[in-house]
Amino acid sequence: MNDMRPLERMVNTDNIKISARNCHVFYGDTQAIKDVNVDIEDHTVTAFIGPSGCGKSTFLRCLNRMNDTIDICRVKGTFLIDGADIYDKSVDPVQLRAKVGMVFQKPNPFPKSIYDNVAYGPKIHGMARTKAELDEIVERSLRRGAIWNEVKDRLHAPGTGLSGGQQQRLCIARAVATNPEVLLMDEPCSALDPIATAQVEELIDELRAQFTVVIVTHSMQQAARVSQKTAFFHLGNLVEFGETGQIFTSPQDPRTESYITGRIG
Amino acid sequence: MTDISANHTGLQGTSSDVVAAGLPRRNRKQSLVKTFGILAIGFAFLMLFILVGSLVLTGYKAFTQTHVTLDVFIDPEAVPADKLPRGGFNDVLASALISHFSDVDMTSRTEVRAATKILSNGAQFALRDQVVANPGLIGQTVTLTVPVSDTYDQLNKDLIDRDTPEQNRLLSNAEIARFDILKDAGMITKPLNTGLITNADSRFPELAGLRGALVGSFWALLVCFVISFPLGIGSAIYLEEFAPKNKISDFIEVNINNLAAVPSVVFGLLALAVFIGWFGMPRSAPIVGGMTLALMTMPTIIIATRAALKAVPPSIREAAMGVGASQQQVVFHHVLPLAMPGILTGTIIGLAQALGETAPLLLIGMNAFITSAPDSPFQAATALPTQIFIWADSPERGFVSRTSAAILVLLAFLITMNAIAIFLRNKFERKW
Repeated sequence: MNDMRPLERMVNTDNIKISARNCHVFYGDTQAIKDVNVDIEDHTVTAFIGPSGCGKSTFLRCLNRMNDTIDICRVKGTFLIDGADIYDKSVDPVQLRAKVGMVFQKPNPFPKSIYDNVAYGPKIHGMARTKAELDEIVERSLRRGAIWNEVKDRLHAPGTGLSGGQQQRLCIARAVATNPEVLLMDEPCSALDPIATAQVEELIDELRAQFTVVIVTHSMQQAARVSQKTAFFHLGNLVEFGETGQIFTSPQDPRTESYITGRIG
Repeated sequence: MTDISANHTGLQGTSSDVVAAGLPRRNRKQSLVKTFGILAIGFAFLMLFILVGSLVLTGYKAFTQTHVTLDVFIDPEAVPADKLPRGGFNDVLASALISHFSDVDMTSRTEVRAATKILSNGAQFALRDQVVANPGLIGQTVTLTVPVSDTYDQLNKDLIDRDTPEQNRLLSNAEIARFDILKDAGMITKPLNTGLITNADSRFPELAGLRGALVGSFWALLVCFVISFPLGIGSAIYLEEFAPKNKISDFIEVNINNLAAVPSVVFGLLALAVFIGWFGMPRSAPIVGGMTLALMTMPTIIIATRAALKAVPPSIREAAMGVGASQQQVVFHHVLPLAMPGILTGTIIGLAQALGETAPLLLIGMNAFITSAPDSPFQAATALPTQIFIWADSPERGFVSRTSAAILVLLAFLITMNAIAIFLRNKFERKW
């Protein structure tokens, strides 16, 4: 996982999960995203890299319509998941967010028990009819979040009492509990120490088998370690998008090269 | 390299000199600010101490009440069993009392009446109630402990100076002598004045109590809470979580903040015109008082609730939204429970403010003289602050200490409510 051999890491499922066309995002008068086109493949980890303020988080938050909650934010363009426009009037953002889970920069478990943290999503969507079904979902999600063994004896302890890395894996378990198809991660390791980061990265690689993962990261090493595809954003533009190995070894655009060699950013 | 380092030390030297030169001035200013702060706090504490001290000094005497214990023979001739509840209870009491005095002529009505002034006007009613409850007492001797009248209570509490010349005194030498006979016989006691809490208002200070005011305040606060709490929280949630941020919501926000600063007497006038004038609701009733206080408390609750909702970190909202909770679910499942301690604290502070509010209650007639506690919020009643107002206005000397005592009772309630608010905040406050 830590190697940089591009050929062996190449994945091409030829199965486009998310497709964005001519996307523009405005905050009031400022344009945060300028004409971005990108196709994200199924069962792939796609990393968004770029300097601070380049629009990578903004773009990520368009994919589950989290930007809807910001009054001054306007989104233009077409976002398709499985060919369906997620900004269509008939789409309820609540339904979309059950399908597109999200993990945030800072671990943000609810101030409730570990069990309730994971069970909340399935409960509000009515995914479990009985307590036994809910128990099963919680266990499966915690196992997927690679935290089951650490918390199975204290499911009713508060989620906020866990360590930072454990909290973040709990948040991942919470996000996968609603059985989403896409998992968005907004700098999931920026508040974690190197050991917790390694655990979460390993988990991200495992999650690829079941989900389409899109991760925003400040760390180029992390992008190189966990992703198969990388998109480089700069000043609201998608500068370059391609195989992770290719982006890091032979970037096509001079700006990408400047960034990954540390000259800009 | 050498040049640079030399230059560097040089610069450091000059700048540290400049800093050192300014230091004494800066330190002086800092100690000036500190001294001023300590003085201000000291002054505030001194004032508080004087206030509470003077209240306690005048008020503590109202927490006891002089009583006289008499062996009363209930004469069947004066109190015939078939005429109850009517009967000559006053005569029975008078003869029991006057049997102790040698200087009073039992046949002179004037002398008897003057001598029985020692007893409170309420004594005959206390005896009557006892006999009506148990008519078998007629023809027997009962031991009765009743309050003495206010003037003698003052005498017993040393508030009447025996050295004042007789013509300038409320009590004559003979009257004092008679009281001393009872005192020497051990018939005078000064127990805790439970009547202060259990009696309703009365014209006679020795019988006057706060029960009516306490019950009236309770009903008014209950009505106030029932109206202002749901309405206040509802408006705060809507404004904070759902309302679009535009000119209209800005305008509403400014007006709510202004509403919190409107003098309370204005709310009283509004209530008088609208609730009593237009709606024809009963005068002096706690329901109207509570509604008036609710108008005043609502802005406080709205402001406190909005502050508490704002204090819930956005990460919790994002987390809930991220798993697909609707806006309503985000608010009611996550934000509101976390904001509850702050909301409750604000509400209790608002209610404490309402408890002490006098002016609007005066305007809707809650300062009427009412001698029984209300059974429902629709009956006429007084409230604690208006009761204090009435007593402070009364000429009888006994009301001076009772006013202070009533203020102490009001303060005790306010302090209790604020203590509950602090307790709730500390207990349920969450660390992020």
